[in-house]
Parts: sequence; structure tokens; C-alpha cells
Amino acid sequence: MEKLFKQITQDIMTRLKPGEHLGLSFGGEHTTFARINAAKIRQIGNVDEADLGFNYIWKAKCCTSSISLSGNIDEDLQRAQTELDRLRTEARQLPDDPYLVIPDSTETSLNEKFGTLPEADEIADKILPAMGQADLTGIWASGRIYQGSANSAGGYHWFASDSFSLDYSLITPAEKMVKATYGGTHWDQAKYETFLADSIEKLKLMSLAPRKIEPGDYRTYIASAGVSDILSMFSWGGVSEAAIRQSESSLGKMRNEGATLSRLFTLSEDFSSGLSPRFNGNGEVAPEVNTLISKGELVQTLVSSRTAKEYGIESNFATGGEGLRAAVMSAGELKEADVLKALGTGVYLSNLHYLNWSDMIGGRITGMTRYACFWVEDGQIIAPIENMRFDDSIYNILGDQLEAVTETALVNPDVGTYDGRELSATICPGILLKSFSLTL
Amino acid sequence: MDLQAILSGIDVKADWVGLRYVKENTGFRLVRDGKPEANTRESKQGIMVEVLVNGQFAYYGTSRLDAVGIQAAADRAVVLAKAASKYSLHSFGTEARPVAKGSYRSAFQTAAEAFSPGELSELLIKASTELKVSDKVVSTNAMARIVESESHFVSSNGSDFDQQFLMVSADYSAVAQDGSITQKRTDGGLLAKSYQTGMEVFNEQDVLARCRIIGAEAVELLSAEDCPTGTMDLVLAPDQMMLQIHESVGHALEIDRILGDERNYAGWSFVRMDDFGKLQYGSKLMNITFDPTLENQFASYAYDDGGLKAEKEFLIKDGLLIRGLGGLESQLRSGLDGVANFRASSWNRAPIDRMANLNLEPGDSSYADIISSVERGVFMTSNRSWSIDDYRNKFQFGCEYGKLIENGKLTKTVKNPNYRAISNPFWRSLKMLGNQDTFEVYGTPFCGKGEPNQVIRVGHASPLCLFDKVEIFGGA
Repeated sequence: MEKLFKQITQDIMTRLKPGEHLGLSFGGEHTTFARINAAKIRQIGNVDEADLGFNYIWKAKCCTSSISLSGNIDEDLQRAQTELDRLRTEARQLPDDPYLVIPDSTETSLNEKFGTLPEADEIADKILPAMGQADLTGIWASGRIYQGSANSAGGYHWFASDSFSLDYSLITPAEKMVKATYGGTHWDQAKYETFLADSIEKLKLMSLAPRKIEPGDYRTYIASAGVSDILSMFSWGGVSEAAIRQSESSLGKMRNEGATLSRLFTLSEDFSSGLSPRFNGNGEVAPEVNTLISKGELVQTLVSSRTAKEYGIESNFATGGEGLRAAVMSAGELKEADVLKALGTGVYLSNLHYLNWSDMIGGRITGMTRYACFWVEDGQIIAPIENMRFDDSIYNILGDQLEAVTETALVNPDVGTYDGRELSATICPGILLKSFSLTL
Repeated sequence: MDLQAILSGIDVKADWVGLRYVKENTGFRLVRDGKPEANTRESKQGIMVEVLVNGQFAYYGTSRLDAVGIQAAADRAVVLAKAASKYSLHSFGTEARPVAKGSYRSAFQTAAEAFSPGELSELLIKASTELKVSDKVVSTNAMARIVESESHFVSSNGSDFDQQFLMVSADYSAVAQDGSITQKRTDGGLLAKSYQTGMEVFNEQDVLARCRIIGAEAVELLSAEDCPTGTMDLVLAPDQMMLQIHESVGHALEIDRILGDERNYAGWSFVRMDDFGKLQYGSKLMNITFDPTLENQFASYAYDDGGLKAEKEFLIKDGLLIRGLGGLESQLRSGLDGVANFRASSWNRAPIDRMANLNLEPGDSSYADIISSVERGVFMTSNRSWSIDDYRNKFQFGCEYGKLIENGKLTKTVKNPNYRAISNPFWRSLKMLGNQDTFEVYGTPFCGKGEPNQVIRVGHASPLCLFDKVEIFGGA
């Protein structure tokens, strides 16, 4: 695939005329998907796709596009040349864009991580027998993901990564569930079977008779996977500089009114794990670590070069949407083994579900508890709880009510596949709250 | 591309082979504060090769469109199907892919090409400027999304149908601010005005008139009281009913969810297989139809992606649940009656059960009848927040704009209106249903579901509705 991208880049860049600038981006994957229900195959297939993105600038005008690539170099060169001509025609009809950013990065990088993955036709035999009689529903995805970026200033980046993931839910006859994801880059049958057996063992806890709890405020522990869901909200009306400037951010109160979060809360964008590429669609390379909220204080936001130009500030080479690509929340001091004891009596939440801002500007989030969630008394798990709706503010959850943070930050891979397989992950610990508002 | 010739040339040992070619161009233009923010076009094309071997379907989606690439894809799909057939959840036959022949074209008056990029940009700049009705409007957006899509399906058992769609979505929004208070209004919710239509929706006079109202209402909300808290009557405008139908009826009735396919992602459903024909889903006023035949509604089509002919069906009649949202695969697995809703988001995803146009049929109450019947309640319009549990029971929704109803009259404007309830009791509390005059049609490009994930277009239409004794509350 890199050969294809390089050839197209070399061809198209030589076709540019004076006054024209161009950024090209490449996204592709070769993926095997297996959809599983009741530990059987529901749907299975492969997807091979590659797209070429254009960021075309002529004088003060700009337009962007993407086209599908076929993998055949002659065909794809023709498609790319046709698209360049179409963009030329369109741009000349558009109004001037005062905030367009001419790609000027000349940095280059090559990062390829090859793994050992099961062949597509081996997958069913490798993953299904170990499920035994368990009621398991989920999705297997494996294969190579590609990303590339090039620009007319000479910048060039290529990233390729092999990976697999089995994201699944185990379900009891009483419909209580445990969620887990087994993922990596090198398949190890024995490790997989051990991991799965451990999940099946955890499911036994869910066989206790469920307890219905009433709406109210509860001492609550939210495990890393649930915290990851909360942090994902910071990518939508959160840490974006443009969103704050345009009065569409929950963190506007921190910038404009001096609001703070807890000193226990530190959030960074940190690429040091190597899970996500550092370059964006313009080929700009973000700092390896960018601390956004330090001990509860908003110290920085994600700033794209376009936002930087509009507001006369410095870019930190965020993506156009200024969302988190490599969120890392700093760990604390609460030992994992002490979580139940520290919680005492209250609610233990392993996962959350379907979060949304109920009042974005006020910082209030609503959502549901889901999967392995328990009622705890005097440090002992008593029973699973029926799912509850919550509605509470990040200024409480990560602010006044944040009592402790666990000492281990776990990797929560993004297994989303809407626009292709995601490369990002959120690394975060669990949090203990003095109070959390359950409403329905 | 001669899909029939390619199909004829495929040499594989399979009980059935299907080819689904999709080409889609999505243009998006956004003007913020009078200046261009995005002028983009995404062009996707590819082919989904699907085979049936030993009762197991397998697919290979590829953007390589020549005969060699498609033969290779078919070969690999056969290998996958064979390997997976030892573990099939259900053994299918070719009856899951009926023979379909025909074509479909979206109805429209003005073709996409009739507006040049420059002309559309100019209109959006005017709209963005018009939204700024006062200095308190701190940000404005005007956006247009135009999708031209074509698909062609052929199969070894004789299907051959093609469908062409022109879909236009637009939205205009204003953010107003006064000190620490910020409020936003859109044109009925983000891109809620999504239709199979042409560029006739960009009538300048109409667009600018709407923008003036949107801007004015954003400013009006700044001085409004917060929505009161309490249990009271709730009147929902059709643009919020769109979301209400979608989340608490549509997803709950998807048969693949009921069969458990989505338990690891979108969730299960409180509806069970034996509820069909028995469950009183809502009040007697509630009639829900699946109707992909309505001209101009966003998700109309002639055939679903498995080849089943699309027809109007009642899912809920007089409040009673009678039919599910399941395509042929779900119908064969469950034995339940379903509809033609086996749909894929593009060539690179396998079809699953989706909503298409899912509508609440109108009743016989006028707007005045409904408002005058309320002693104390809140009218809410335009969705801004949505969340519901994985069984589609406990929901909480928020709207952009509300009005108090006191003693049968709309009185003060209220900001940050929200409500929460549980699906069945909520629908059973439907106590008045607006007539045809109150009936409005909406749609959204953004319904997410499935593993691997898929975003698909859906349409929803509803009259004005009155619900009894709902938990209502305001902002932070």
C-alpha cells in the first residue's frame, strides 16, 4: 500500500501549478470481521479498502475531498488526476477562506508494526471452541491498517499496523453481562484461552440475585472502562480550542469563569504508547505529550492550525476536529486491591453506556450503567444492580466529588469501526467518587 | 460497469453469489460566521461480493472493481464461508435472497448540478449572516449536505435491480450568549431536515426567513427561565417526536436486537419474541408504520439490500405490537413477520436490520385542541440531547426550546427543557394525537448500529403529541 501512496504522491505533486498547494492523506485497511452471537458465527467477511484524501489550496481558496482507490496503480493515478482537476474547477468558484492553512511541514516518518495474526480462514477454529457453552456475543476484527500523509512542501508520513481484537459480552441466563476485549498484535492461543476463561469466571459473580436500587446520590467507584467513556466526552464540546472560543464547550467555565476540577485529575494527550500516529491530515506532528488539564487546572487545549490562524494563537497540531487521539489520565494512589474497602458501601460500576451531554455548557452528562455493576456493603460485593441512569456534572465527577484515583491506568482500545478500524486508545485509571447522581 | 457480465464470469463453488455495487458522492458545505469552514466531497465506490456455502453467508467487500479483483474476492469469501459453516448461528438457504428486478429513482425537482459550488456557498453565507440577528449571537452555522448515491445488485438466482438516490440535508444554527448564559437554536435539530429531494429546498427567501427565526429564538432563550422541574403534561413537537420514535420504538423493534446480535454494542431490547401480537406498546392512539414508499421521505427505496420488496406495514396498531423490524434473515431465524429493512451503510458493510421510514400516523386532534387541554405542562421542540439504555427502556432526552403551558395557553419561553421516562409507560401515556395539519416529516443521516459499525439514513414523521404526567426538568 505504501508503494501505491508514494507513486500517487509523486505523480500528483508534479502536476501542481504555481499558486497551488496540496495535502494528500491515505487511509486503508485489510480487515477480517467475524460477528458472533451465542458463541456462533452470525456474519463473517473481509473488507479491503483504501481512500485518498485531498486538501487543495489555490491562492486564498480551499476545498477538500476523498476518493476510493482500487489498488491498481494505473486506475488510481487516473482517478487522482481527475479528482485534482475537479478540485481546481471547484476551488475557483468558492469564496476566499481567510483561515486556510497551507501545508508547510517538511517532516517525514515511517512507522510500520507487523504482527502475527491468524489467517482469515483459521479465525473461527481459533476463537470459537474456547467459548464452550458460554453465551458470548461480540466482534472479531483483525488485519492491517494503513495511514499516510504527504504535502506539496515535501512532508511525508507512513504508518502501518497489524492488530486483532475480540470485543465481547458474556451473558448469564438472567441476562447479566460481563464485557471484555482481548486484543494485541501477536496472536497467542494459550493467552487468549486463559483470558477468555478468566472472563467466564468473572461472569459467575453476576449469577447473584440482582438488587434494584432507588434513584439518589451514592458513593461510587467507576472502573477504567467507564472512566474511558467519560473522557471520550472531552472530544465533543470539551478540549477543542475552537469549541471553547465558539461557546460550545463544557470547559468554557474553566477558561472563562475560573472553574476547576479536582487536583487528582490530570489529562494529557500522550502518544508515547505508539498506538496512534502523531501526524494529522496535514502531516503536522503533534508533541509527544501535551498536558491539557493539570491537577484540575485547564492549562492547554487542542489547537489545530486552522484554529490557531483564526484566533492568532499557536497550533499544537491537533486534528481538524480537535478531538483526543491518545488520551491519558494520570494514575493516582488508590491500590486496586483496596477499591472495595475504600468504597465501603455504595455502587461499583464497571462500564457506562450511551453518554451524552444533558447540558453541555453546564458540563452535565447523562448515561447508563451497564455490564458488571454491583451493590457493595462494607467493602463486600453484595449483588449486581439493575441498570440505572445517571445525570451528573463533570465538575462533580472529576471535581468536588472525586475522592481517589487508582494507581493503575489501563489501556482501553477504541474498537470502533464507523469510518474504518480505529487506531486510538484511552489510558486511564478507575475513580472513587464521594457521590454520584443516579436518576432513573 | 457491466455487473451481469462480471457475475457470469465468476467461477466459484457456492450455492449462491451476489454482487452489490455502490457508488456514493457526499458533498458538504459549511459556512461559519459568514466565512467558509468546509467545502468537501467524499466519493466512495466499491463492491460487496457475497456467497452462500453450506448454509453460511460470507462476504468480501473490495474497492477493486475489475473482474480479476472480484473473482479473487469471491474465492476468498467461499473459503471464509466454508471455514465458518462449522459454527453457523443459523443455516440459511437461497430463500434469504429473493429474486428482485426493477429500479428506483428519488423524486426531485431540481438536480444537484443546478446549483454551482459558488451559488450554494453564496446562499450559505447569506444564511449565516441572517442568523446573526443581534450582537448576542456569537456564532452562526449554515450547512448543506448533498448525497448522490447509486447501487446495483445482481445475483446468481436472477436478481437485477438498481436504485438511485438524491438526498439533501440542511441546517442553520445560532449560538447566543449573554454573560455566562449560552443557548443554541438549530432548524429543528442538527440536520433534522433531511429528505430525498432536490436543490429546490434552497429557496433563498424561505431559507433566510427561517434563519431570522432561529437567530431570534436563540436570543430569546437567553432571558428565559429554566424549565421547571416536576411531573406534568408534555407536548412534543414533531421534530422531537422523530427522536422519540427512533430511540424508544424503532431500535426496540429491530428483530436482530431481539435475537441478541447487538448485545455487545447497541444492546438488547425489552421487547421479546412472544410479545408480538400481545404487548400493548402504547395507548390506543398509537399507530406506527414502516413506510419506505413515501415520496421525499429520507429513507424511501424499492428493495432492501437483500432484495426484499419494500412495502408499507403497520408495526403497532391501536397501541398493540404486531410486527417487528426485521429483514428476511431475521424473519427466517425468528419465525416472526418483518419488513424489507435489511440494509447496509455502503459496499463495505453487510446488511443488518435497520429502520427506514418509521412514522407515527396522525390522529384527529388539532394543535389548538391539544394546547387548550393542558392545565400545566411544557411544550418542547428540537432535540439537543439523547440517551437511552441498552434495552431501550430508560431514556432521557433534552430539547433546545420550550414553552410553558398554563391553563390551556402557551405562556413563557423556557430554556434547557429535558424529560425522562421508561418507554412502555411513556407511550401508554400518549393521551392526544395531532391531526394531519400537525404532521411533519424529518430524517437524520446519523443512525449508528452494528458490528462492524454502520451509520445509516432514516426518516421519521409524526404529528404533535401530548403525553400525560412526565418527569420534566431543567438545566445544570
